[in-house]
Amino acid sequence: MTRIVYEFTESLRIAFAQIRANKLRSVLTALGVIIGIVAVTLMGTAINGIDIGFQNSLAMLGEDVLYVQKWPWHNVDDWWNYQNRPPFRVEMADALNRIIDTTPNSLLAVAVPVAGRGGSVKAGENSVSGVSIIGTTADYSRIVTAEVATGRLFNEIESTAGRPVCVLGSSVADSLFPGRPALDQTVQIRGQNLLVIGVLAKQGDFLGIQSFDNQMLLPLNALRKSFGSRIGIELRVKAKDKTKLAAATEELIGAMRRVRGQLPGERDNFSVNQQEVFKAQLDPIKSVIAIAGLFITGLALFVGAIGIMNITFVSVKERTKEIGTRKALGARRRTILLQFLIEAVSICLIGGAAGLAITYATCLAIQHAMPALPVEFSVALILISMVVSIATGIVSGFAPAWGASRLDPVVALRYE
Amino acid sequence: MISPVAPAVGSRVVRPPGELVIEIEGVTKLYKMGAEIIHALRGISLQIRRNEYLAVMGPSGSGKSTLMNMLGCLDTPTAGRYDFTGKNVAHMIDDELAEIRNREIGFVFQTFNLLPRSDALHNVELPLIYAGVPPHVRHERAMQALANVGLGDRVHHRPNELSGGQRQRVAIARALVNHPSILLADEPTGNLDSKTGVEIMALFEQLYEEGHTIIVVTHEEDIARHARRVVRLRDGLIESDGPVD
Ligand SMILES: Nc1ncnc2c1ncn2[C@@H]1O[C@H](COP(=O)(O)OP(=O)(O)O)[C@@H](O)[C@H]1O
Ligand SMILES: [Mg+2]
Repeated sequence: MTRIVYEFTESLRIAFAQIRANKLRSVLTALGVIIGIVAVTLMGTAINGIDIGFQNSLAMLGEDVLYVQKWPWHNVDDWWNYQNRPPFRVEMADALNRIIDTTPNSLLAVAVPVAGRGGSVKAGENSVSGVSIIGTTADYSRIVTAEVATGRLFNEIESTAGRPVCVLGSSVADSLFPGRPALDQTVQIRGQNLLVIGVLAKQGDFLGIQSFDNQMLLPLNALRKSFGSRIGIELRVKAKDKTKLAAATEELIGAMRRVRGQLPGERDNFSVNQQEVFKAQLDPIKSVIAIAGLFITGLALFVGAIGIMNITFVSVKERTKEIGTRKALGARRRTILLQFLIEAVSICLIGGAAGLAITYATCLAIQHAMPALPVEFSVALILISMVVSIATGIVSGFAPAWGASRLDPVVALRYE
Repeated sequence: MISPVAPAVGSRVVRPPGELVIEIEGVTKLYKMGAEIIHALRGISLQIRRNEYLAVMGPSGSGKSTLMNMLGCLDTPTAGRYDFTGKNVAHMIDDELAEIRNREIGFVFQTFNLLPRSDALHNVELPLIYAGVPPHVRHERAMQALANVGLGDRVHHRPNELSGGQRQRVAIARALVNHPSILLADEPTGNLDSKTGVEIMALFEQLYEEGHTIIVVTHEEDIARHARRVVRLRDGLIESDGPVD
């Protein structure tokens, strides 16, 4: 058993002596592996980054929030059926909250009515369009993790009274009041003046998932003054424990049916949605990255493997007499096989390490240049590239190494 | 198995033959070169005992190297029987032969066959690596073997930093480091000038006197005269077999 260890270290030693003696040749051969590893690790980094960015965004939006709406978030055929569902009203949120309060061990925390509209906001000469204007109540602060940079959110009194106050997302505030504080300034939506009482902290945005930066919050009753009292609202309900979202959804459906006065056996006339669906939207992006990454990886590794196979054949040819000598001294077939396999694997591992270093440097550069983009370098990537490198080395080195191990010692010794 | 008494014949030491090491009977070897069949050995029988110093002579192409490779378990006979220290090796598989080559046989080649990128020490350690000897023991034994051939001060030289004679000494140290039953040398002086050749033959003489069993292949009478017994080959057959002089 110890013998194989000595043979192994001897093989390593030969492999590195060999690579050192043929530096240029080895580097050129390893190029394919380097490119392959860079491709596979960058791909992994990107997909990793998307997941992490997504988690961050979810946390921002509140991943434990259930959305009570007319339509489910997945595609529906019978659109009219959903369209004709009864609308939601603010009082339903109050009714839900009463049920939640009286249910022992309720999995739900609070229900908040929310109405949203895209629209433009003006301040003097400046105007921003495409802002999500969100009308809600003071409870809104309980369902999202919005941080206020300056000022405050509106309170319950302002909310109920529909006072003309608003809280701006950071990029809305920056656009309307470039270089000066937005606090205590006045903005207009549809001709209604609103006092800015707060500005939210900057959050950054991620692959089009909307963040608070492009939002404006105001009391629901104030929103109605601009957009009419028939504006559709939805209910957002925060669950207490995000790991029990399914049970919370069940409870919410039961409570909503009571609020809506639905009879047993009647189909729900509302839908309960959750953020999970957003995640599916990212899958195509991830798939494209994965397919492109795997394609480049596969191609590069294929080219690399052929190069390494070739160089190992050359190495066996060049050292035929040495193989004969080693066999004469007692090297067995597996010893010779191991020796050339290790040589091929070593070249691949060096290529893999170089590829990893390039990916690491790229990650650092991206983090430096675009801090918003979440690139994540992980231990898993190191393991993956090691495994890929070793596998490439074994696959490409096997045929020549096998041939070397089977050489007739007499023939090998006579080789010049 | 060093014999205590070394009776001298003339000025030369002749050690009494020990037990049988090599016994071949009716060994033939055919090589196929395309359609042509070459009879390298046509039926050879030979017995070699411990403590012998044998020269195998013959013109070029007479089958000396083929016989040597067979005796050294690098090759197996096409037909015939080969017992090495009582074990039938004629039909052994590759790895079993490798084991015997590693433990029982020391090879010395005409072209030295040292690893060019390794120093003398590592070259000599090689058979011990394949024998599974731990590193510190390996180091010690290789150092000792190099000292025995007079290269104690050259252990970290690479082959290209050594003269031809020194290279062959490294090869001899490598052949002996694993204490083989027999030392096989195929034209060991063929690549050396005559003065260095004489030095190498003196080393063989010393090794013989120290108790080694040696077979030397050569086509030079001068070299063969160093041995105690000469086997002459011609066209794959033994022409004569007897003591020197
Ligand atoms: N591997 C081989 N393949 C084909 N022919 C061989 C091989 N080895 C030796 N021979 C032939 O066998 C004969 C004996 O060769 P060899 O034993 O090398 O002779 P010597 O060592 O006495 O010069 C020669 O004719 C040689 O060409
Ligand atoms: Mg020969």
